[in-house]
Amino acid sequence: MTASLALDGLSVGFPTGALGDPRIVSAVDGVSFTVASGEIFGLVGESGCGKSTLANAIMGLLPTSTIITGSARVHDAEVIGLSDAALRQMRGNTAAMVFQDASTSLDPTWPVGDQIAETIRAHQSVTRSEAKEKALALMTEVGLTDPSERYGDAPHRLSGGMRQRIVIAAALANNPKLLIADEPTTALDVTLQAQILQLIDRLRVAHNTAVLLITHDLGVIAQVCDRVGVMYAGQLVEVAPVAELFANPRHPYTRALLAARPGAQSGAERLAVIPGQVPDLSEEIAGCRFASRCPRRIDACAVTPARVSLGDSEVACWNLPTGGTE
Amino acid sequence: MISQSITATAIVLAKSAPRRRHRLPVTTTVGVALLALLILAAIAAPLLSGHNPETVETARVMGAPNALHPFGSDVLGRDVLSRVLFGLRVSLLVALSSVAVATLIAVPLGLIAGYFGGWLDSLISRSLDMLLVLPALLLAITLIAIVGPGSTVAALAIAIIYLPILARVMRTSTLVVSRQEYVLGSRSRGASAWRILSSHVAPNAIGPVIVQASVLSGFALQLEAALSFLGLGTQPPTPSLGGMLADGRDVLTQAPWVEIYPGLAIALAVVAFSLLGDGLRRALDPTGVAS
Amino acid sequence: MNGLAFVLRRTLLTIPVLWVMSIIVFLIIRLVPGDPVRTMLGFRATAANVAEVRRQLHLDEPLLQQYLDWAGGLLHGDLGQDLVSKAPLAELLAQRLPVTFELTGLAMLLAIAVGVPLGVRAATGGRWVKRLTSGFVVAGISIPDFWLGIMLVLVFAGTLTLLPPSGYVPFGDDPMQNLSYMVLPVLTLATAEAAYILRTTRSAMESVLQRPFVTFLRAKGISRRRITYGHALKNSAPTIVTVIGIQIGVLLGGAVIVETLFALPGVGRLIVTAVNQRNYPTVQAGVLAIAATFIIVSLITDLFIGWLDPRISDGASR
Repeated sequence: MTASLALDGLSVGFPTGALGDPRIVSAVDGVSFTVASGEIFGLVGESGCGKSTLANAIMGLLPTSTIITGSARVHDAEVIGLSDAALRQMRGNTAAMVFQDASTSLDPTWPVGDQIAETIRAHQSVTRSEAKEKALALMTEVGLTDPSERYGDAPHRLSGGMRQRIVIAAALANNPKLLIADEPTTALDVTLQAQILQLIDRLRVAHNTAVLLITHDLGVIAQVCDRVGVMYAGQLVEVAPVAELFANPRHPYTRALLAARPGAQSGAERLAVIPGQVPDLSEEIAGCRFASRCPRRIDACAVTPARVSLGDSEVACWNLPTGGTE
Repeated sequence: MISQSITATAIVLAKSAPRRRHRLPVTTTVGVALLALLILAAIAAPLLSGHNPETVETARVMGAPNALHPFGSDVLGRDVLSRVLFGLRVSLLVALSSVAVATLIAVPLGLIAGYFGGWLDSLISRSLDMLLVLPALLLAITLIAIVGPGSTVAALAIAIIYLPILARVMRTSTLVVSRQEYVLGSRSRGASAWRILSSHVAPNAIGPVIVQASVLSGFALQLEAALSFLGLGTQPPTPSLGGMLADGRDVLTQAPWVEIYPGLAIALAVVAFSLLGDGLRRALDPTGVAS
Repeated sequence: MNGLAFVLRRTLLTIPVLWVMSIIVFLIIRLVPGDPVRTMLGFRATAANVAEVRRQLHLDEPLLQQYLDWAGGLLHGDLGQDLVSKAPLAELLAQRLPVTFELTGLAMLLAIAVGVPLGVRAATGGRWVKRLTSGFVVAGISIPDFWLGIMLVLVFAGTLTLLPPSGYVPFGDDPMQNLSYMVLPVLTLATAEAAYILRTTRSAMESVLQRPFVTFLRAKGISRRRITYGHALKNSAPTIVTVIGIQIGVLLGGAVIVETLFALPGVGRLIVTAVNQRNYPTVQAGVLAIAATFIIVSLITDLFIGWLDPRISDGASR
C-alpha cells in the first residue's frame, strides 16, 4: 500500500542569533511516520512543540532561510527541496492545508465563491464558468445552503462556521491526496467544532483523502483520529492507534500529557502539572529532549532513543514503564 | 490589542536587552549629527560667515564662488554662504518654535480628549477637525492674507496647521495608555484625575507626539521656506532660505549657485529631522501610533 | 442595496462639511485678529478711507447678515467681484480652475503611475530594490518642491533648452504646446507625491503580505504574481486610495507654489497675487474653490474605497 504521506527523519532548523553568535533553533528533529490514504492521523503536542512547523515544512511554506533535512513524500513524490514552480503545482493539488482561523484565511475583499474557483483554475484548465460550476458543487458538498446566494458574498457576511466550510471547500477543490488541517476547529465554539470535524471525516471517506490533523486537544483526537503521533520539543515520542494511546500510554511524556487533561484523574482536585520547562531549542540538546523533566530519566537518555514497537505502539524511550498509567 | 502588543514588545525588549547592547541605527546617528551640525552652524552664523549677509557689494554682483565667497554672491553682490547660514537661523527658529507652540497646546488637548472621552472628546476633536478642512498651505496663506506677512505670522500659521495633527496623535496615544492596567489600577484606588494624568498617562503617552513633532519640524522648515518663497513669510532684507530662492530665480542660468545652496540647506534639514524622527520612532513609539 | 445606502449616506454627509467649510473661510477673514481693510489700505489710510471701504465691502453689517448675503450669492453662483479688475469672481475662477485641475490631475496620475508599481516592487523585491526605493522616498520627501522646480528649469530649460521655462497655452488652443508647458510643473509637483505613494504602497503591501490569508493562498498553490497583484494589492488599495485622497489636498496646496514658479494662470497663482494686492474677496473665493474641490475629491475617494472594500460599505468594522 502506498502511503499518502511518508516522513523519514524530517528535521527543521531556523537560523537565529546575533552576528558572531549564530544559532539554529531545532524546531523539528528527525520525525518519521506515515499516513495511509483515507486515514486520519492526529498529531498532538503542546504549542511550540513543532507540529505546525512540521506541517508548513511539508507544504513548503517556511522561509527560504530555513534548514530542512530528511524526506517528506506526498503520494510517493518527494516534496522537500522542490523548486518554487513544482511546489506551487503540488500545493492545493496533491496536498492541501487548512489553518486555524477561517476568518483570517480568506481574502476579505474577494467573494467567497471566487476564492474556491480560483484554486480550481490554478490547477485545472477549465473555463471561468466551469470553475464556478465546480465551486458551487463544492459549496453544496461542504454543507452550505443556498450556494448560489452565498457565492458572491464577502467573507465578513458569513458566520465563522460557514467560513471554515468555505476554507475546507477551497482546500479540497482539486481532490488532494493529503489534507493537512492545522488546528481547524480551535477558533470555533464546541458545537461548531463537532460539525466541522464530522465534515472533514465525511469528506475523507468520500474522497479517500489522507488527513493529518494537528491539534493540542486530545478530545479532538479521540473523536475522529485513527492513529496519533505525540510530539515533544520537536521530537516524535510516540505513535499509536487512538484507542491504544488512551488505554495504554507508553512514553512518560504521553502519560504526563494524559494526566494533565482536565478530569483525567478521578478524585484529584487539581490538574497534574509536568514539572520543569521545555528546553531552549536553540541550545544543542543531546539525546531525549524530555529527559530534563522526565521522572524515569536514566543515563542512557543522553543518547537519542531509538523507536521500538510495543504491541501496536511505537515509542522512543530507553526506560519504558510497564503496566498502566501510574 | 494594541496594549497587548505593547506589552509583548516590552517583553521582547526586556529579553533582548542583556544580549544585544542598545545600538542606534546608522541612519539615526547620521540624522542627529547632521541636525546638530546645522543647528550649530545656524547659531555660530556670525562667526562662520565672515561677511554681513545684508552687505551689498556692487563689484561682486552674481560673482562666482571663490575662496573668499565659497558659495558665490547673489544679484546684489551679497555673500550667499552667510545668507544661507543666517537664513538657516530664521528657518530653524520658525520651524522649531511653531512646532513647539503646536505641541504645547496639542498635548493637553489630546490628553483631555483621550482620557475623558465623551462630549469633551467630541468637542475638542470636531473643532480641531475643522482646521483640516483647508489644505495646509492654503490655511497658512489665508491667515497671512489677513494679518500680513512676516516670520512670526508664518510661525503661528504653521503652528495652527500642525495643532490638529499633534493633538490627534496625543489623543490616540492617551487612549492606548489609559487602558493599561497601572492606570486602571490607580483609577480604582481613587487617585485624582489630575494626578493620574500628570504622573501616569502623560509621561507614557508623550512618546509618539515627540516622534511626530520631530518629523513635522522638518516639514515646518519646508513650509516656512515655501511661504517666504511666495513673499509671505520672512520679509527682506532679513535673509531667508525661501526668499533667496525667489530672488535668484531670474538669474538662474547666470548664477545657479544663488539657487543651489539654499535649496540644499532646506533638503538637508528636512532629511535630518526625518531621520531623527525614524530613530525616535523606534525608541519611543514601537507600535506606530504616530503614523 | 447596502452599497446604495452607503453612497447616499456618504454623499449627504458632504453637504454639512461644505457648509462648515464655507463658514470657516468666511470667519477666518473676519475674526482673525487684524483688520483686512487696514492691511489692504496700508498704515497711511485715514479712518474715513477705512470706513468707506468697509461699507463698500459690507463689512460694517452684522456678521450673520454678511454671511447670509455671501452664502446666498454662492448658491446662485455669485462669488462677488475682484477688487482690482472688478471682474466677477465666478468668471475668473472658471478661467483659472481648469489650469489648476490639469496640473494637479496630471501630477497625481504620474505619481500613481510611478509610486504604486515601485511600491509593490519595494515590498516584494530584493535588497537592492528596497534600498533604491528607500533612497527615492527620502529624497522625494525631503527636497522642497519649489527648489526641485527651479533645478528642473535649470537643467531642462536652461542648459538643455528642451522645454519652455515657464508660461502657458490653453489646451484647446494647442494641445502639444500646452503639454510642453506642463511637463516641468507636473514633474515638480509629482515627485514628492510619487515618494509618498511609494512609501504608502510599500508599507500597506508589506503588512498585507504578512496576513494569514496570504499563507492560505500560497497553500492553495496560487502563483506569486497573482497573490501580489490580485490579492495583496487589492487589499492594500483602500489604504493607498485613502492616502491619495489626503494627498490631493497637499497637491492643491503645492499647486499654489508651482503655479507661481512656472507662471501658470491657475487658482493658486490667483490667490498669491490677490494676497500680495490685499485683494481679499479674491483670496476668499480662491480658497473656497480649492477647499470645495478638496472636499469633493475626498467624497469620490471615499466612495471608491467603499467599492474596493465591501466591509466599509457594509459598515462593518475593519
